[in-house]
Amino acid sequence: MTVAFLQLTLGLYFIGILLSLVYLLRRSDVLARVALATTCIGFAIHTVVLAVQVFSGEVGVTFHKALSFFSWSLILVFLLVVILQRLYVLGAFILPIAFLSLVSTAVLPAETPVLHPMLRAVWVHVTLSMLGAVGFAVAFVAGVMYLMQERLLKSKQFNVLFFKLPPLDFLDTLNQRSMLLGFPFLTLGILTGAISAQLTLGSYVNWNPEQLWALVTWVFYFVVLMGRVTVGWRAKKAAYLTIVGFAGVLLTFLGVVLKGNGIPVS
Amino acid sequence: MNIILVGLSHKTAPVELRELLVVPDSRMGEALNRLMDHEGIREGMLLQTCNRVEVYAVVDHVEQGFSAIQEFFVDTHLSVSAEQLMPRLYCHAEDRAIMHLFRVASSLDSLVVGEPQILRQVKDSFQEALTHNATGVILNKLIKKAISVAKRVRTETRIAENAVSVSYAAVELAKKVFSNLPSRTVMLVGAGEMAKLAARHLVNHGVHEVLLTTRDPVRASDMAARFNGTSVPFEDFRANMHRADIVLCSTGASHYLIGPDDVERAVRARWNQPIFLIDVSVPRNIDPDVRQVDNAFLFDIDDLESHIEQNREERRLEATRAESIVKDEVEVILKWLQSLKATPTIIALRRRADALKQAELQKALGRLGTLTPEQQEAVEGLASGIVNKLLHGPLVALKSAAQSSNGLVYIEAARLFYDLSLPEHQSVTVEDVRDETDVTTVPPASKEEPEQDGISRQASGL
Repeated sequence: MTVAFLQLTLGLYFIGILLSLVYLLRRSDVLARVALATTCIGFAIHTVVLAVQVFSGEVGVTFHKALSFFSWSLILVFLLVVILQRLYVLGAFILPIAFLSLVSTAVLPAETPVLHPMLRAVWVHVTLSMLGAVGFAVAFVAGVMYLMQERLLKSKQFNVLFFKLPPLDFLDTLNQRSMLLGFPFLTLGILTGAISAQLTLGSYVNWNPEQLWALVTWVFYFVVLMGRVTVGWRAKKAAYLTIVGFAGVLLTFLGVVLKGNGIPVS
Repeated sequence: MNIILVGLSHKTAPVELRELLVVPDSRMGEALNRLMDHEGIREGMLLQTCNRVEVYAVVDHVEQGFSAIQEFFVDTHLSVSAEQLMPRLYCHAEDRAIMHLFRVASSLDSLVVGEPQILRQVKDSFQEALTHNATGVILNKLIKKAISVAKRVRTETRIAENAVSVSYAAVELAKKVFSNLPSRTVMLVGAGEMAKLAARHLVNHGVHEVLLTTRDPVRASDMAARFNGTSVPFEDFRANMHRADIVLCSTGASHYLIGPDDVERAVRARWNQPIFLIDVSVPRNIDPDVRQVDNAFLFDIDDLESHIEQNREERRLEATRAESIVKDEVEVILKWLQSLKATPTIIALRRRADALKQAELQKALGRLGTLTPEQQEAVEGLASGIVNKLLHGPLVALKSAAQSSNGLVYIEAARLFYDLSLPEHQSVTVEDVRDETDVTTVPPASKEEPEQDGISRQASGL
């Protein structure tokens, strides 16, 4: 049942992506509205699937669920931004990330759910980390869009995409704000991760790829944010840096996958 | 007498070449004199805008006129070689030249179709030519007609409705860098018309602060008052550039005022916040290498054009209507040119005299009561004698004028003095007359024949 719903969600998101991509090349807003509607329906079903996954059925935290949550939160942020800012163009950039993370839950090998007395701590760790990742994903998207718009402006290509993409300072602000939102979540995520590692494994730090990349990513974003405040790493530089930073996030994800079965196991 | 045009525009030449061809205002008189010195050029006008440099002339022989003007271009602009220039120049004669002038004035040939500045520029160029006595009967009439056609196009079509102009495009592009113009500062370098328009546009969009700088401190404070802005000393404007989010540059300087180093310094001082530079001056005042500077976005007049290109499609329909107005008006002016031939004027003059004679005779005979046939004959003879003797001089002058090169002056004068109308089917609309009155002062109208008055005004030249 859940699987069928998940497939339906994926299908709807996929249609949303296709429509959003075609919208990039068309002048009219109609396609974007249809894409938005499709994504909304997909999101509603996704919400049900996620609720079912979390509150009933299999107990425990898996990376599948975490990714599904990441995807869901990303779509939620996307819907909020689009509805508040009418920034339809965002769909073509954010939806693929949400879609791919949800697809990976179907592609990645099934995991053994983690059963542990201190389950609550793991939940908190996963939720916070994923919210941090959502922030960085949006910053990444803003960075990509910034660089595209910057390139179009510099090369004077006033095409449809140029008209669709928002102003540079908007993208720079979006980049900054999503980073500022993501960073505290990542910080708390790492802290709770360390605590849950202490509870489950007996030590705060055990240098697995997940922890290593999470730390590297944290330090990186910390430097980027500091650089922004102190020496003016903004605009183009900030865009490049957030793209690199998101690679760190993805490597952390990869670290989790490579570890085999997700969240710290005893 | 032939009307010709030689020139180049944004359609045939890039800004790099166009900027080399601009004659500074201070040397305009000299250039016009040099133009008129060429053999066979009777009347001339030099029209130069950011997007075109064109010479309109009335010449004895078309081909000779073309080569004279080409020669003029090459001689006036020593920095440009003939090989560089020749392939870019277009040459039109007669109806095609007239059509071109009307289209230019109506902003149909503009970089931004429908932009309003061109009409001002045509008027200014005309004024310049008038000041230096370069134009005559034909060009005066032609250019005034072009101005009235432009006004007709503007009122009868929606071509200018979208307010699509270079300054508008500048604002649109600024909005792609800065989402919130009301929190932004704009710096106006120089007092060029185009930049002032763009600044006005930005102020209308609510920019936060306007900084102004020009070489002339009096002008700067005058403009500061107009834009409610702050005047910055010209020597210091580069050091203050970081304060501006948008820099609008339009000066008469013939060299680069802003280089990559200046911009780099400004961007650094702005903590890498983007800076948006618009250079509407021709020749350009901002070094094109500024494009290489990160977070600096420079647009020159040609870049603005390509942005405008996007909106062109929407105005195509209106442009088609405008084109048909222009075509009609070209017909009208061609008929007028035709009427400048001597014969129709001579015939009209005779008719007018006959009509006056008959009218006066009727009045006199009525008052005199019954006359003997001999007496009546004597009175009629007297009237005819006076009329014929009075007309003899003008008619001989007109006949010989037809052969001479400046005969048009006599023909025009005759039409003015004797209040001669064109034949019925060549009449010109009252609107044209009204439109023209605000361009130049015209002699007072004769009250009882308003439509003829219109013609005589037009025929009066200046």
